[in-house]
Amino acid sequence: MDKKTSFLARFRGWIQAAATVLTNIHLPNFLKGSLYQGKGKYACVPGLNCYSCPGAAGACPIGSFQAVVGSSKFRFSYYITGILILLGVLLGRFICGFLCPFGWFQELLHKIPSKKLSTKKLRPLRWLKYAILLIMVVLLPVLVTNELGMGDPFFCKYLCPQGVVEGAIPLSMVNPGIRAALGKLFSWKMGILITVVVLSVFFFRPFCKWLCPLGAFYALMNRVSLFTMGVDRNKCISCGACARKCLMDVDITKDVNHPECIRCGMCIQACPTKAIDYKYGFIKVKENEIKE
Amino acid sequence: MQKKTAIQLALLGLSVAMIGFGVWRGEADTVFAKAIRLCMECVGIG
Repeated sequence: MDKKTSFLARFRGWIQAAATVLTNIHLPNFLKGSLYQGKGKYACVPGLNCYSCPGAAGACPIGSFQAVVGSSKFRFSYYITGILILLGVLLGRFICGFLCPFGWFQELLHKIPSKKLSTKKLRPLRWLKYAILLIMVVLLPVLVTNELGMGDPFFCKYLCPQGVVEGAIPLSMVNPGIRAALGKLFSWKMGILITVVVLSVFFFRPFCKWLCPLGAFYALMNRVSLFTMGVDRNKCISCGACARKCLMDVDITKDVNHPECIRCGMCIQACPTKAIDYKYGFIKVKENEIKE
Repeated sequence: MQKKTAIQLALLGLSVAMIGFGVWRGEADTVFAKAIRLCMECVGIG
């Protein structure tokens, strides 16, 4: 394990905290109850972060995609798809493991002392997030439109709990107008948030595993990402410690670029022979490394 | 060049081209206009 790998794996929690603060750097807006309106919002942040969060420094990629395809002018977003492909190739699901504020939120909840439940038997549920990406993010905003040809952002409106955590709660605390306007839709979304919060205490990152369309997109990009894992076959003793430690239910020795691997590095820390490492760049697979 | 490297380079090129095309046809303005205003659907108003 080299120094960089050691640093990333050991200080992941701090990196997640820093990424969350940087993603929502306009902190005074929380007190003012207003949104940042600068040019940073032309660009997307890498993780799931609501652009209606008072501190948000950029746009949410999933919200932005729906805003574009749900507008009367466009039926597909080359801009957002391009950004997502770029981020996917450069970082893949490293974004989920290190840079996503909602992923970090769930991990903090999982630290609450309680019985922890395995999601191994619930693996089929992971396919749900791909259906959500296709149906709620891509298709419904284009196909279900009003008389002006505009579609709703179905994922943001009916499923995303991040809008409640980062938008509705902080804004309604300081803005009586917003507080008064919250109705049935807010109650529905609050119900989803409470469900995710409770599940996160018992399961590791349930929203990321089963529901997140952004995670689904990055999962599709994990195989072609420049950020990858490496397992040295000469050092690996097939003890299974890495697979037992992995809370995303991945056996890294069988598939170093598994779509569910969020590059959290728990396997790196669990490996008794230091056979697992992070790798970055256009990498040739060496003879002694486990291939994809 | 390995097949995977070729795919990675092609995707990087494609992504830059898509971003450029999206900006050219005005998608970035749509994103900006949505992102600077309160998203009613996101916070649960409506």
